[in-house]
Order: sequence, then C-alpha cells, then structure tokens
Amino acid sequence: MTKSVYLDNSATTPLKKEVLDEMMPYLCEHYGNPSSIYKIGREAKAAIETARQKVATSIGADSKEIFFTGCGTEADNWAIKGIAQAKEKKGKHIITSKIEHHAVLHTLESLEKQGYEVTYLNVDEYGKISLDDLRSAIRPDTILITIMAANNEVGTIQPIAEIGAIAKEHGVLFHTDAVQAIGSMEIDVKAMNIDLLSLSAHKFGGPKGVGALYARRNVLPSVFMHGGAQERARRAGTENVASIVGLGKAIELATSNIESKTAKIRAMRDRLIKEIPEKIPYIKLNGHPTDRLPGNVNFSFNFIEGEALLLMLDLNGIAASSGSACTSGSLDPSHVLLALGLPHEIAHGSLRLSIGESNTTEDIDYVLEVLPGIVQRLRDMSPLYEKVSKEMR
Amino acid sequence: MYSEKVMDHFANPRNVGELDDANAVGEVGNAKCGDIMKIYMKIEDNIIKEVKFKTFGCGAAVATSSMATEMVKGKTIDDALKLTNKAVMEALDGLPPAKVHCSVLAEEAINAAIFDYYKRQGIEPPVEIKCSGCCADCHKHD
Ligand SMILES: Cc1ncc(COP(=O)(O)O)c(C=O)c1O
Ligand code: FES
Repeated sequence: MTKSVYLDNSATTPLKKEVLDEMMPYLCEHYGNPSSIYKIGREAKAAIETARQKVATSIGADSKEIFFTGCGTEADNWAIKGIAQAKEKKGKHIITSKIEHHAVLHTLESLEKQGYEVTYLNVDEYGKISLDDLRSAIRPDTILITIMAANNEVGTIQPIAEIGAIAKEHGVLFHTDAVQAIGSMEIDVKAMNIDLLSLSAHKFGGPKGVGALYARRNVLPSVFMHGGAQERARRAGTENVASIVGLGKAIELATSNIESKTAKIRAMRDRLIKEIPEKIPYIKLNGHPTDRLPGNVNFSFNFIEGEALLLMLDLNGIAASSGSACTSGSLDPSHVLLALGLPHEIAHGSLRLSIGESNTTEDIDYVLEVLPGIVQRLRDMSPLYEKVSKEMR
Repeated sequence: MYSEKVMDHFANPRNVGELDDANAVGEVGNAKCGDIMKIYMKIEDNIIKEVKFKTFGCGAAVATSSMATEMVKGKTIDDALKLTNKAVMEALDGLPPAKVHCSVLAEEAINAAIFDYYKRQGIEPPVEIKCSGCCADCHKHD
C-alpha cells in the first residue's frame, strides 16, 4: 500500500478532534436559534459570545471588535469594500501589494471598476514589500492599506508592526489578511496598530466555511449583509453556531504556545529546505530564507511543470500544491511567483509543501526519499532537460 | 479530473525518449506557457517506423503525447496527418476543458515532425500541413 502524506496544510488543515467535540452539541442538542429568548436559544447565543471572546483574546482585541463571517474571503471582501464605502468622502485611494490572495486582489479590481484607485506595491525577490515604497505611496486621499501578514504560496512574512506604525502616523487605516498567519506567528492587533484583520478557521484546525473580521472600535466598515440584528446588524443572517464554536476552540488551541508548537514544524521545514537541494540540482527556493511561515517550503524545479509533479507525487501518496498555470486553469503561472521576479518557465515548475501539526519525521523522510526520483523521471521526459544534459556531456 | 486512460498514459507513458537516427523532428509549444512537445520519427517508405517524444508540460500534455505517438506508429504519413486532436482526446476518454489545448499541441507536434521530414527530403509539403512548429504562441487555457 502506498503511504499517505498530507503536505498541503496551507490549503486547509484537518479538523482537530477537540474542536469537533466542542462543536457536536450545537448541531443536534443545542439547536436553538441564537436570536430566540428561550433556553436553547440563549445557550446558542452564549456559545457564540464565548467563541467571540476567544477570538478576541487570541489577537489582543476586544470581543466587541470581532464579527463572524462565512470564510476568510468574505472577511477580506467586507474589510475592503466596507472601508471603501465608509471612507468614500475622504478619498478613493487604496494601497496593497502585488502578492495578495485573490480574495484581496479581485476585490480591489472590482473597486477599480467603480472609480477607486489602487497602488500595487512591488515586492523584492524574497516577497517583501519596501517600507519606503509604502511611505511614498501614501497620498492625502489614501483611505486604506491592505497588506497580508504572511503569504500563502511562498510563506514570506511582512513587517506588519512597521506597516501599522506608518499607517497610524499618516492617519490611514490598515487591514491585514492574516488567514495564513494565525497560529503561526504572534499577532497583537493593538501593539501592531492593525485596524482590520481577516482570519479563517479551516487554516488552523477549525471547520471550513467560517471566518472572522476584526475591526477596531470606531473603525466600522459599512453593513455587509442587510437583514436581522445578528453581528450587530452588520452581517445579518442566522449564525453558523457549531462552526463559530469550532472557530473559537480552534483559535484558542492554535494560538497557545505558538513558539513551542511551531518549533517542531519549523525543524521539519528547515530539514526539507536544506536537504532537497542536496539531492536535486537546478532548483530554487522561493520566498524569504528566514522570515517565512514555519510550515512553508516552496521550490521551483527547472525543466519540469508543476501539475505533472503534483500528479506524480499524488501517485506516491503525497498531497502538495503548485503555482503552475496548468493547475490554476489560467494562462499565467502564479502572480506571486511572477511578482518575485521568476521567469514564467521557472514559475511553472513550482512546488509548495506546507507542513502542519499532524506531520511527522517519517513524512519528511518519505518526501526526501521519493521526490528526487520523481523529479528525475519528469526531467528525463523533458525536451528542456535534454538540451542541458547534452551540454553537460 | 482526469480519466483512467489519461492517468495510465501519464503514469506509464509509451514511446518516451529520443531517436538518434530520426529523420523527422517536430517541436511545438513554448516554455513560457508551460508546454513543449518534441516528436522524433523515423520514416521509411512513407511509413512511420518509429516514433518517440519528449514533453515538458502537465499531465494531459504527457498523456496526449503518449497517445498521439501510439496512434501514428506504423501508420502512413497521410494517415498520420489525418490524426486530429479530437481523435486523441476520444482515445483518452476525454480531457477536462482547460486541457483541450494540450491535445491540439499533440496534433501540431505530429504535423511539425512530418513537415520537417518533407523539408529534409526536399519535397514541397502538401498544403494541408497546418503546423510547421512555428506556432510558439500560447494557446488559450480556457
Ligand atoms: C492568504 C489567504 N487569504 C484568504 C484565503 C481565503 O480563505 P477562505 O478559504 O476561508 O475563503 C486564503 C485561503 O486560501 C488565504 O490563504
Ligand atoms: S502551449 Fe500550452 S499554453 Fe501555450
């Protein structure tokens, strides 16, 4: 039997058992509508408020500043469109980076069609924005800076505390997409001057289809869903109680002892980053050498294409991801890899392995054992490698 | 997302490699777009005696190269020129819509190799050869 190794924890993570256990009673037993006044309704309401407090505590916020959403994408949409609308009178200029998630970039594109202006900051070869570029991009009509805490593809961590300080100094609001960052690094919205933050439960052991938006007191994005009084009438609709409870438990677990928990993951990451290049020539590490998510490994392999690599890995029981065009269904490889300055042909051959809490040393041993053979097999099939191997001879 | 046939031809591709004594070589595609197919043929008495391929590309690109080379092996040049991307797709039990261009590439690679054969033989290629391997443009991934 082939082994089964899951190395796509940036795509999603398994639901933790403890999280499921907390969620279960809210499906059949405490099924009341949280807006109802009788006992089972009040129980559901109380559970939501407990979860809200847990989310708030984990990022240094106040529970009144947390709004539950249907996913991370929704939190990004809400933060950006909501501030654009609320601050329309001040101006219509927004600053972001070229390597944001599509949930941010496509939202901004939709605003551009409505007359907003967006500055897309470049990143360096490691995926970092420049604080000087940020400072000089700020204008009197700038209403929002939206820059992700950590990138989902290459794992690069941005200097969010510094960005927050610059935003504050200039009186501009700062939103950060922390979907990948929660549980992987310490985040304190007050100390880091973060005005709005998006998060998503399924990236840290919670259920899929639930997220949250933090919005600092007095920073109110416009109403997202009109209807009932839920989420202080800003995001109406009967709450997904069990999932919200799951989000609360998952974030509590994920943000306690981050340092010691990530140490094990970081060691596995560093081993892959060190040993893969020792075994495979013509490759490049994508992302920052040190300021990167503890579980993120991203390499480009010359002469081969990412989707073929993923299929081969899958045939060997390894689940991973790639930024190649062939996996995205679009013509271009990932916008993130291109923004880092990778030529198209190298960007097509990228592989992301994202390590999570459930991975073991044996998983890493197995990847190191099978990956070199798979890469070689695909290279032996590649007309691009043919030229190189002939030149070598 | 891929049929069993596609996965079979991807995992166990037929006719991978080069032919040192090829008298027809066609290469189509572009590394920038993420797919290149190179086909080697040995043609004798108008018959494709041997055929090999090398492909840089996705799973569908490898599978269509494998299937297309199987379908033209032992055939006459005329029959090989009649091979369509649709026939290759059907032989593979279909491809996802985003991967249709890979089968077009396979058809073009066969054409390009035969074009090269005519050129080497000093024969004017018949007009129906659509692709000479010049189409280095990106096909749309739609
Ligand atoms: C950085 C980033 N932002 C936003 C999202 C979207 O989150 P969700 O899947 O909850 O909509 C993701 C997940 O893919 C992500 O990695
Ligand atoms: S050859 Fe496939 S996209 Fe260009």
